[in-house]
Amino acid sequence: MPLINSPQDLRRVREETLQKRLLQNQASRIQIIVSMDTPAIAAGARETMQAILEFIEEEKLNHILVKKTGNLGFDSWKPIVQVVINSQSPVTYRKVSPTVARRIMEEHVVGGKVVQEHAIHF
Amino acid sequence: MKITRSMVLVSSDPLSLQRGSLEIYRRFQEKLESYQLAEEVALSTITDVGNTEASPVVVIYPEAVIYGPVQPENVDRLVSEHLYKGHIVEEMLVPKRHLPSRMAWLQSRKGSLPAQQRILLARVGKIDPENIEDYILHDGYQALAKALSKMTPQQVIEEISKSGLQGRGGAGFPTGRKWSFVASAPGNKRYVICNADESEPGTFKDRVLLESDPHAILEAMIIAGYAIHAQEGYIYIRGEYELSQKRFLKAIEQAHEYGFLGKNILGSNFDFEVHLHSGAGAYVCGEETALIESIEGKRGEPRSRPPYPTTHGLWGQPTLVNNVETLANVPPILLHGAEWYRRFGTPSSPGTKVFTILGNVNATGVIEAPMGITLREVINIYAQGMKNGAAFKLAQTGGSSGSLIPASLQDTPLDFDSPRKAGVSLGSGALLICDDNTCVVDLVKVLLRFFRFESCGKCTPCRIGTQRCYETIRAITEGGGQLSDLDGLLRLAEQMERLSNCGLGQTAAVPIRDMLKHFRTEVEAHIRLGICPTGICRMVPEDETAELIENQMV
Amino acid sequence: MKDQSTKDLPIAAIVEAAIEKHGTNYDAFIPILLEVNKAVGYIPLHALKEIRLRVRAPEDGIFVNEGRLYSLSSFYHMLSTKPRGRHVVIFCESAPCHVVGGRQVWQALKENLGLKAGETSEDGKWSLVTTSCLGTCGVGPVVVVDDEIYGNVTPEQVPEILARYE
Ligand SMILES: Cc1cc2nc3c(=O)[nH]c(=O)nc-3n(C[C@H](O)[C@H](O)[C@H](O)COP(=O)(O)O)c2cc1C
Ligand code: FES
Repeated sequence: MPLINSPQDLRRVREETLQKRLLQNQASRIQIIVSMDTPAIAAGARETMQAILEFIEEEKLNHILVKKTGNLGFDSWKPIVQVVINSQSPVTYRKVSPTVARRIMEEHVVGGKVVQEHAIHF
Repeated sequence: MKITRSMVLVSSDPLSLQRGSLEIYRRFQEKLESYQLAEEVALSTITDVGNTEASPVVVIYPEAVIYGPVQPENVDRLVSEHLYKGHIVEEMLVPKRHLPSRMAWLQSRKGSLPAQQRILLARVGKIDPENIEDYILHDGYQALAKALSKMTPQQVIEEISKSGLQGRGGAGFPTGRKWSFVASAPGNKRYVICNADESEPGTFKDRVLLESDPHAILEAMIIAGYAIHAQEGYIYIRGEYELSQKRFLKAIEQAHEYGFLGKNILGSNFDFEVHLHSGAGAYVCGEETALIESIEGKRGEPRSRPPYPTTHGLWGQPTLVNNVETLANVPPILLHGAEWYRRFGTPSSPGTKVFTILGNVNATGVIEAPMGITLREVINIYAQGMKNGAAFKLAQTGGSSGSLIPASLQDTPLDFDSPRKAGVSLGSGALLICDDNTCVVDLVKVLLRFFRFESCGKCTPCRIGTQRCYETIRAITEGGGQLSDLDGLLRLAEQMERLSNCGLGQTAAVPIRDMLKHFRTEVEAHIRLGICPTGICRMVPEDETAELIENQMV
Repeated sequence: MKDQSTKDLPIAAIVEAAIEKHGTNYDAFIPILLEVNKAVGYIPLHALKEIRLRVRAPEDGIFVNEGRLYSLSSFYHMLSTKPRGRHVVIFCESAPCHVVGGRQVWQALKENLGLKAGETSEDGKWSLVTTSCLGTCGVGPVVVVDDEIYGNVTPEQVPEILARYE
């Protein structure tokens, strides 16, 4: 039997998911979103992701949630990484090489200071 | 880094110059500095407004409002009110009757910056494409639920018709009309096919949608199936798009698990299945009948039409073929209504369009903008200007088969209507922007190499025509061209256009014709003087004979 | 080259597995050929026979001969009828990549590999082929080596990229 069998079911599942997400957001104050589509991967997003995960592992920052998304911003900016702290509006970084990723983790995620050279202001 | 958000154009045709437009330009520079807007507002001149009583005029994008006649002392007000605070200064607008027709269309345009009004890309970059929960949280499958529980198939088609949606696969055929053709065609089975064989050079809007929001396309396919009484759908994704295929397969699997695919969907007695079919590398398979042949396990050679797929498609049954982007419009239209959708774009081409920006500009990638934006806006606002400050030379719109646009036509609106009027084809929405280091003959050579390589070989005008055109143009780049070749090219172009079996051969002629129309002097310089003005072509025979024969992935 | 080694590959098993996955209807032909191409690197003639033996079913109205399968293999660019090197370097030669520096990258590839388009090196290590747009032009010029895709490639990076492959 599938999970959803009527429009009412859909509404219920949506509500439940929303609740689940709220709890999740409370548990992990910091979210890092990495753009992972073909151009991003061609520009090195896998290595960037790797660097972020390694940093989290090394520093034991288990409360950080790392997510992937599809296309984010312009291709010429890729790899692109977004940092969301306390559900505030995200800071978007462009041209995030593994070295830059480590810097963002140290200075922004841990230190709370935005790395201006790589930030994009919309 | 700041993002450019507006653009100011000061008219500088002779009449405007005489009336002091240079001073206006200078004042703008000053004021933008003092309001610290210089980074966010691009300032530029425009010479081809045409004579108007309202000269000098100032055009401000993205709102596309035209002020005039502007005096230098008005500049402060325009900057502080319009650009700084965001209020349009009504009493300084040019009355419509004073506008030359080439500017007047701007008035009919609706909508502003796309960053605030994404319809198709609304979820792109916000959700995890492999997570159906993310999709459901962002309005996912709401349109399907609405269609299945509150609308009849007929009503769904009517809503799509009313929205004025046109196919985004290149031809711009009204989608609602196509759906009703298929729904009313006689047949014992019907199919929905989503055309994701995107191989037009420079086009990747469909890949962005499939990689970033696959459920949206799946939802639209299910809705289309409901509307035309089909039980089965195919999505034909080109073989090179491995990530798209992977993500779409995952989406199909999750949709089964959640009950959006399979039997009795959402308790409505409607059954639907979707199969993914991978392409194997052939541009021509994007043509809908070639695509159907390919699914049927044949070489991707276009059929003779009529009959059209709407009556004789896959396995000879009525078949709906729609582009990925076309389908992506369907859920928002059903959810918010046709009225809402018509608020975007121009009256004759409603909605937004996903464009891909490429070439020698600072920002390359995909944008969503209302129908009817101009190339100048794209370059200055979205693409952040030309790379290294080089001058804009030409753009190619709509992929390889699109038109070449010289700098003088950059204010023509991009929509499905104006191509027929002004000769700017929107096609697939690819915008390849080239600076003055690009040699137009070299560029056209590359385009023809593409057609020659991708011609399926079924019909002679296309198979031989693309080959001959390529050889002729290559000879010009190698210093072996004759002036008589140019007439020969035009003749060949006409034959290809009239006699080819499908759009591939028919449109291969477009770049040749545009090259000779807008850049004839440059071509003739290659032939008469034996030099390439940009220094790109080497003007000596190159040893590519081996490549000519071997340059195939066979 | 791969040709000798394919004798050891279990072509029959590869075809069998592909049929298991895609069935034997007309619409399975191209998917099956794709699987064979992926596993073997190209489509050897004896694989066509294996496929024909398994999918041809006149009683179900499915007719196929090796000629038809060969004609499919030669039509689609992703299917190869010739043996390929261990690593296949694919260069995008379409206009968007071309105008942002693709020409120079192509020269560098040819020089570094000592190959022209469509050729395979003597030692069977490299094949160099061209393709039309891969839809990744936002980060052009684009080069694909086997399954890895590289964007924003410069001529200087070419030796570096090639050196990653054994
Ligand atoms: C040579 C050629 C290539 C085409 N390639 C594509 C393509 O890659 N994707 C696409 O959606 N339509 C392509 N088309 C257009 C299709 O034939 C068809 O018009 C389209 O899929 C209809 O969908 P729409 O009504 O949603 O636009 C191509 C047409 C030709 C002649
Ligand atoms: S032109 Fe090279 S990927 Fe599109």
